[in-house]
Order: sequence, then C-alpha cells, then structure tokens
Amino acid sequence: MNEEVRLMKGNEAIAHAAIRYGVDGYFGYPITPQSEVLETLEAEMPWETTGMVVLQAESEVASINMVYGGAATGKAVMTSSSSPGVSLMQEGISYIAAAELPALIVNVMRGGPGLGTIHPSQSDYFQATKGGGHGDYHLIVLAPATVQEMADFVGLGFDLAFKYRTPAMILADGIVGQMMEKVVLPPVRQRRTPEQITEQCPWAATGKSGRGHRNVVTSLELDSAIMEKNNERFQRTYAEIERNEVRFQSYYTDDCDYLIVAFGSVARICLKSIEEARKQGIKIGLIRPITLWPFPYEAIAEVAKQVKGILVVELNAGQMIEDVRLAVSHEMPVYHFGRMGGIVPNPLEVLNAFKSHFNN
Amino acid sequence: MNHDDIIKQGTKVYSRPRLMDDRNMHYCPGCSHGVVHKLVSEVLDEMGLENDAIGVAPVGCAVFAYHYIDIDWIEAAHGRAPAVATAAKRLNPERMVFTYQGDGDLAAIGTAETIHAANRGENIVIIFINNGIYGMTGGQMAPTTLEGMKTATTPYGRRVDLNGYPLNITPLLAQLPGTCYVTRQSVHTAATTRKCKNALKKAFKASMEGRGTAVVEVVGTCSSGWKMSPADANKWMEQHMFEAYPPGDLKDTL
Ligand SMILES: Cc1ncc(C[n+]2csc(CCOP(=O)(O)OP(=O)(O)O)c2C)c(N)n1
Ligand code: SF4
Repeated sequence: MNEEVRLMKGNEAIAHAAIRYGVDGYFGYPITPQSEVLETLEAEMPWETTGMVVLQAESEVASINMVYGGAATGKAVMTSSSSPGVSLMQEGISYIAAAELPALIVNVMRGGPGLGTIHPSQSDYFQATKGGGHGDYHLIVLAPATVQEMADFVGLGFDLAFKYRTPAMILADGIVGQMMEKVVLPPVRQRRTPEQITEQCPWAATGKSGRGHRNVVTSLELDSAIMEKNNERFQRTYAEIERNEVRFQSYYTDDCDYLIVAFGSVARICLKSIEEARKQGIKIGLIRPITLWPFPYEAIAEVAKQVKGILVVELNAGQMIEDVRLAVSHEMPVYHFGRMGGIVPNPLEVLNAFKSHFNN
Repeated sequence: MNHDDIIKQGTKVYSRPRLMDDRNMHYCPGCSHGVVHKLVSEVLDEMGLENDAIGVAPVGCAVFAYHYIDIDWIEAAHGRAPAVATAAKRLNPERMVFTYQGDGDLAAIGTAETIHAANRGENIVIIFINNGIYGMTGGQMAPTTLEGMKTATTPYGRRVDLNGYPLNITPLLAQLPGTCYVTRQSVHTAATTRKCKNALKKAFKASMEGRGTAVVEVVGTCSSGWKMSPADANKWMEQHMFEAYPPGDLKDTL
C-alpha cells in the first residue's frame, strides 16, 4: 500500500505508522493522554494483516520488560505511555540501553509531578534527555510538533535505534497526542523475515539455530575492567550520535535580533507570537530542536552570535533552558517563560512575556 | 593418579551433559541450582531443543545460568523474566522459551509478572527454585521463608506479626486457567532428581505444543544462606520445607 492522506489524532498516527513501518510488537498499558495508541492498534488488529503482536500488559513495568524481551530477539518492538508510566519504566529502559538493544518508547507527556494532571506538559524533558534511569546512558529523543511528525518519527526512531543499537524515545506533549490534523501516512513496508533479522541483528537471542554458538543478551558484567570498557563503547556510540544526528528547524533566523527556543507543539504557538511581533517590527527568530538529545547546541550558538537575548518557552518550570544556556555559555541574557500544571499559553501571552524581558 | 586412570571405558557411568559448559560454577557446594542446571541441559539435549531454546535468566544466584548452559539467553531485570519471556515467545512462537527464577525473583518483586503471564496462559515454562531465602544478596528473608526461620533480615526468626506469612505461590498459579501443568519437585536424592527431570520434560513438551504455562517448582536448599552443611540442609528441607511446600503435582491437564 502507498502513502495515504488521513485526518487523525497524533496518538492514532503513531499506531498507524507503527503497523505500516512493519513493527513486530507493541506492549502497553492504558494512561491518558495516550491510550489511543493501544486502542487504535487493538481496533486495527494488525496480527491479522502484518503479523504484528499487540498486547495490553499488566503494568508499564511489564510493558518495558516485554519490550526488552522482544528487542533481545532482534524484533522491532515499542511501547507508549505518559509521564507516570514512563517513570515506572526507567529501570527497564536502563537495561535496554545497557544491553545495547534497539527499541522505541513513546512518552505523551502530562503535567506532573505525582499523579498531576492529564493535561499537556513538557515536564519530563530532564528525565528523557539526561538519562532518566540509573547509569550513564542516553536515549535518542525526538520531539514532534505535528501529527505528521508523530507518524514520521516512528520510522525515524526505529531506523536510528537499529542503526546505533540504542533505544529511541518520541517525547510528545499531550497536545500533539490529542489534536487532529491532516497526516500523510507512510507507505506500508513488509516486516523483516527471520533471515533478515538474523543478518541485521547477529547478536540477537533467537535460538542458536544455524549459528553454532550461543547469543546472550545481558547488561551484567561483574569485572569492573570489562564494565568500564563497555561504558567506553556506549560513550563512543553516544559521541557518534551527537556528531551525526542533531536535528532542528529554524524559522526567521536570518535577520533576527532575538531568538526563541521551543520544542514540540509549543514551538508552533511561538511561531504565531513571532509572526505577530514581526508585524510590530520586532524581529524574533525561532529554533525548534527536533532531537532533544542530541541537542542542537551549535545551531543555537551560531544564531546567538547575532541576537541580543534568548527566550526559552516550555510547558514546565525551566528544563531545556539549561541546555540553551550551555549552548551560549552565559554570554547573553537567556530567560524562561513557562506554564505548568497542564496550562498552554496563547501566542499573545508568549509575546507579552518576551516584551516584559526585553523591554520592547 | 588422575581422573583418566579412574574413569575408563566400562567404568564411566555418567558424564557432564553435552550442553553444559566445562567450567567452574559459582554455586556453593550442595546448592540445588547446579543440579537443576544439569537437568535442564540434559532435557534440552534429549528433546532436541538446543537450537530452539531461549532461556530467560533471573536476577538471583542463577543470573549466570547463561555461563553454564549452551543455548541462547536473555538476562532479565529482577522479577521481570515472565514479561521478558512473554514477548520473546509471542514474537518467536516456534521457539521454546523458559524462565529460571528464584523465590525472591518470582514471588516477591516479580509476583505481578508471574501471575499475569500464567493467567494469560503464555506458552512458556517457568522453572521456580524455592530455597526459602535470598541467596545472592547474602541470605535475607524471602517471601517463602518459613515461620521461625532465621535469615539476615529476620535474625531472630521470621515472625508472622512482623513479616507476614510464607507465600505459597504455586497453588495460586495452579488455580489459574492459563496454567496447564503445575508441579513441585526436589533434587536432593537420585530418585527425586529423576522425577524432576521427567517433570521438566513434560513441561517443555507442553509448552512446545502450545498448551499454556507450565510451572515446575523445585524446592531446594541454600546451604550458605541457611548456614548448614549440604547434608544437613537436605535433612532440614525434608523436615521443614516439605511440610510447607509438599512435593507432587498440583495441576495436570496434559
Ligand atoms: C530492582 C532490584 N532490586 C534488588 C536487587 C538485589 N537482588 C539481587 S538478587 C536478589 C534476591 C535473589 O533471591 P532469589 O530470587 O530468591 O534467588 P536466589 O539467589 O536465592 O537463587 C535481590 C534482592 C536487584 N538486583 N534489583
Ligand atoms: S548462596 Fe545459596 S542459592 Fe546461592 S549459590 Fe550459594 S547455596 Fe546456591
């Protein structure tokens, strides 16, 4: 099947994109605002068409360990959840990273801390980009701003996860998860055959068949000298990802005097604020990081050379702002504007916040 | 005299299973894990499952099972082996997927995963080594620790008012419609070891036939954790562990 144009929610787009990409398995547990991913998959019954396994697990702890088990056999497997559920998954995510397994985790963020609210938030930025679980590891973190990107990042996430043998995360906010937009669904791909999996994943624990030696998927190494070597290998992979995979989008940065940095759906709100500001003669540019890790430090530093100040806009108390400050080494004022608890600012509020900091 | 002088043609009656690696084990003398490893190796070989088996190792003393049995392995997080096995089996239905877990792994931290995998009737085998203690972390109380039993965290003996009752989880699993075969075995004598081997065979066969979850509990000893000689540990097990956890089949639908 070819591309298909549809109107749907971001969460539904994730489900459809997963089936079309040829994902082998999805394991998840209901939580607002992302339950449509599992619901859509159950309604689509992909086990009848592509052979994809879909299972409602007993918890997010079980889901992520199912992802671990499936990924250990070389399959393309994923889960999705929202903030409290993703907190529960952290031990499992650390194991997946340490065992060098490809997998995709979707977090459609809601406001925390605690049970918090079911409304949109971006307050899991630190958790997603700075490790989350225990140990020195990173996830490749993709931040979609549109329903189209929700669909596209499923394929991109898996491609990167398999390329670097490391887990990838789609860090979406409740807005992109819940809103409906036009989306071009990717063409349908065949799931990989067992032979293709063996070729692509010679490390996978698929049964010794034809191989002659055993494969063991583990994150355990009690010999510290070897464990340090393992860590050095992980760090080399992360360095390579930082070199190759930084993604961002810039808007109006050619002539800007000020810069806004925002990710996800908030970047779209900021774009409206910037268009209004330009009508008033204030030249603001926007950088929207698409990969939150690896972070576009250099792109921000480059634009920063021409601007008088930066405003970071987030649905949190100020998390990505730390990376923006690192990018510009405190050489200029970097302010934060954020709403919390599930509140989403409108474009005018953002513009007013900008003006309050930069006296326009 | 070396062992070749003793073991000659005609005098050799037994040897290391083919699928068991020739290396020193980290298990303590008298530990039940070693015997069960041997049985698993023999059964997999005899059933021709060497190339089809995917073992899921626990966190516990058996974490290094993958060092000893020559098949593919996945090392799971503490308690999560049934979830790991669920996905491995569902995504590779033609394979023989089994977990190997201790009592802390299976009946404390992993209770939810164990019960739900069994209740879904996943076509996996769960091998459950019940030694009534946390061996790996140095002999703390396990969910299956008997009342009055001394451990590092119940230094004056397990007290029901403080620590709750010993958890007899296997009958619980036998109640679930998803399980096809639930049995309790031991490996402290040649006769019980032979019986245990047959139980493992039956469980592996049921799982390959897609009959549901098969559970083989092995009541075992942990001489280090129990602070007894291996021989005394066996006696103590017969006298006390078997009272709370009597060997025998709890469910057989096969
Ligand atoms: C999340 C987590 N909690 C705790 C531990 C520490 N830990 C390792 S093994 C173990 C208990 C093992 O006991 P059991 O499952 O009975 O197996 P045995 O060693 O007796 O064979 C514990 C608590 C861990 N590794 N991970
Ligand atoms: S501590 Fe106990 S369970 Fe662990 S190897 Fe020693 S005897 Fe076996």
